[in-house]
Amino acid sequence: MHIFLQQLINGLSIGAVYALIALGYTMVYGVLKLINFAHGDVYMVGAVLGYELARCMIGLAAPLYITLPIIFLGAMAGCAVLGFVIEFCCYRPLRHRPRLVALITAIGVSLLLENLFQNPHLFGAAPRNMPRLFDIKPIISIPAAGGAAPVTMSNLDLISLCLCFVLMIALSWFVLRTKMGLALRAVSFRVDTAALMGININWVISVTFMLGSALAAVAGVVDAMRYHVEPMMGLVQGIKAFVAAVLGGIGSIPGAVLGGLLMGLVETLLKGYLPGGYSGYSDAAAFFVLILVLLVRPTGLLGKPVAEKV
Amino acid sequence: MTQTDPPFTATMFQRRRVPGWAVNGALLGLVVVLWFIGKAFDKNLDPYYLDLLLHIGIAIILAVSLNLINGITGQFSLGHAGFMAVGAYVGGVILKHAAPQGAAVPVMFLGLMILGGLAAAAAGVLVGVPTLRLRGDYLAIATLGFGEIITVVLNQIESIGSYEVGGSAGLHNIPITTNFFWTFLAALICVVVVARLVYSQKGRPFFAVREDEIAAAAMGVDTTFYKVAAFVVGAFFAGVAGVLSATLSGNLDPAAFGFVRSIEIVMMVVLGGSGSITGSILAAAVLTLLPEWLRALESWRLVIYALLLILMMLLRPEGLLGNRELWWTRRRLLAVER
Repeated sequence: MHIFLQQLINGLSIGAVYALIALGYTMVYGVLKLINFAHGDVYMVGAVLGYELARCMIGLAAPLYITLPIIFLGAMAGCAVLGFVIEFCCYRPLRHRPRLVALITAIGVSLLLENLFQNPHLFGAAPRNMPRLFDIKPIISIPAAGGAAPVTMSNLDLISLCLCFVLMIALSWFVLRTKMGLALRAVSFRVDTAALMGININWVISVTFMLGSALAAVAGVVDAMRYHVEPMMGLVQGIKAFVAAVLGGIGSIPGAVLGGLLMGLVETLLKGYLPGGYSGYSDAAAFFVLILVLLVRPTGLLGKPVAEKV
Repeated sequence: MTQTDPPFTATMFQRRRVPGWAVNGALLGLVVVLWFIGKAFDKNLDPYYLDLLLHIGIAIILAVSLNLINGITGQFSLGHAGFMAVGAYVGGVILKHAAPQGAAVPVMFLGLMILGGLAAAAAGVLVGVPTLRLRGDYLAIATLGFGEIITVVLNQIESIGSYEVGGSAGLHNIPITTNFFWTFLAALICVVVVARLVYSQKGRPFFAVREDEIAAAAMGVDTTFYKVAAFVVGAFFAGVAGVLSATLSGNLDPAAFGFVRSIEIVMMVVLGGSGSITGSILAAAVLTLLPEWLRALESWRLVIYALLLILMMLLRPEGLLGNRELWWTRRRLLAVER
C-alpha cells in the first residue's frame, strides 16, 4: 500500500509538469486550431533560461526566497517574449493559409530552437546539471506500518505541485473572471464573430501564446532542477504533454490539467507495477491509452463532441 | 483582367494520346538504362556521392508514398517512419540471420523487399482500419502514437526466437546488399504505381476524398475503402524503403524511426506541394542535399536549414510546385485551398 502511495505522489508530481506544458498546447489549439509543435522547445528554452539565471544567482549568494522567484519569473518572462515573437513572425503571416502549412512552420520553429541551442557557441548538445540551489531531500514523510520504508515527498515535489496548482488557479481566475479571459473564450468559440464584437484578435492570440509559454517555462525550470538541461529535452516531454492535452480533450483547459495528472500517474504506476522486463513498455502504454481514447472518445475526456456540419 | 479556370471536365484528366505500348516500352527501356547506369556508378562513382544518391532514392520512395496518403487522399499521417521501421526490421533481421551468397543475393533481396513491403502494408491495415474513422488532427495524433509505439517496442525486443533484433542497442552488421539499381528501380516502381493509381479513372476518388469527404460519400464513393487503400499502398512502399535503408548502412537504430523521421518525410511532401508527385520527388532530393550543401557552415548548418525551411513556408506556403505536376500543366486538378 505504501508503495502505491509513494507512486501516487511521484506520479502527481510528474503529472503536474505535464499539465503545465499541456495547458500551452490546449490554449493555442483552442484559439488557433494549431498543434504548436514548437511548444516543447519553448519549455526547453525555459529550462535553459532557468539554468543560466541560476548560474548568475549562485554567485550572488542571495537567500533562497529571493533566488527562486527571480529564476522562475525570469524564465517565465523570457519565454513569454519568445512565445510572442514566434507567433508574430511565424504563425501570424500564415493564419489564413491551410492549417498544414502552419503545422510545418511550427515544426520548422521547433527544429530551429533545438539546433540553435545545440550550437556550441550558444549552449551545446551536452546535458548540464543545474547548479545546486538547495538540497533535494524528503521533507514530508509518513511512517509506514511494519517497519517498511516511509512514504516520502521531497521538497522539489512539493514545490512543483504547489507551483502547478497555484498557477492553474491563477489561470482559471484569468480565464473565467477577467475581461481578457472572456475575450479568449470568445475567440476560441468563434474567431470571426469575436472580431465582429470588437475583440482585438491579434492581441488575444499573442496573450495566449505568452501565457502558454510562461507556463511551459515554469515546467522547464522544475524539470531542470529534477533532471538536467539539454537542447533535446523538449522533444519527448513535449510529445507526452501533447498526448496529455489530447487525453483531456484538446482545447479544454481543465481537460489539460486532468490529462497531465492522469498521464503522470499512468506512467509512474506502469513503471512501478509492470513486471521487471516489461517496464520499458510504459512509454508505449501511454500512446496505447491515447489511441484507445481517440477511438472510443475522440474529443478526449472533457472535450465537447462537435457535430459535423455539411 | 481576371483569368478564370477552364471548366472542370473529364478531358482535363485525359492524357495526350500516347499509345500504351509506347509508355510501357519507355519504362522498360528506363529500367535497362538504370541497370547500366547502376553498373557504371557502382564501379566509378565516388562512394560519398553514391551514398547520397541512394539516400535520395530512398527519400523519393518515402515522400511519394506518403504523398499518396497525405497530399492526394488528404489523410494527415505522422507515422510514416513507423511503417518504414517495420519493413527495415523485417529485412534487416532476416538478412542478418541468413546472409545469402553469390547468385542468391539479388533473388533474396527482391523477395525481402516485397516481404518487408507486405509486412508494412499489414501494419497499414492494422493501423488504418480503426484510426481512419478519425479526421484531421486526431488522425495525425493517432498515427503519431502508432509510430512511437513501434519505436518503443523495437527498443525493448532483444530477439525473437533465434532471430536477433537488437533492442535499444540497435541491429548492426547487416549484409549490405543495396545498390543503385535496386534503389532506383524501387523508386521508379513506386512513382509509376502511385501516378498510375491516382491519375486514372479508378484514382479520382482519392482526390474526391481529399477535397470533401462528405460530398464524396454522398456521390457514392466508398471513402473508407479509398482511405485504407491509400494507407496500405503508402505503407507498402514505406516498408520497401525501410528494407533498402536497412541494407544501405548495415545498421538499424530504433531511435532513427521516431517522430523526427516521420516529420522529415512530411516536410518533403509539404515542401514539394501536397498532391504533386513530381513535387515530392524534387523536395526529397532538395531536402536530402540541403544539409550537405550547408556543410560549409559547420555548427550553424542545421540552424540555417531550419531557417530556410521556415522562410520557404512563409514565402511559398503551397510548396514548390503547389498542386501541379512538373510537366502536366493541363492536368492541374482542383486548386482549391483548404
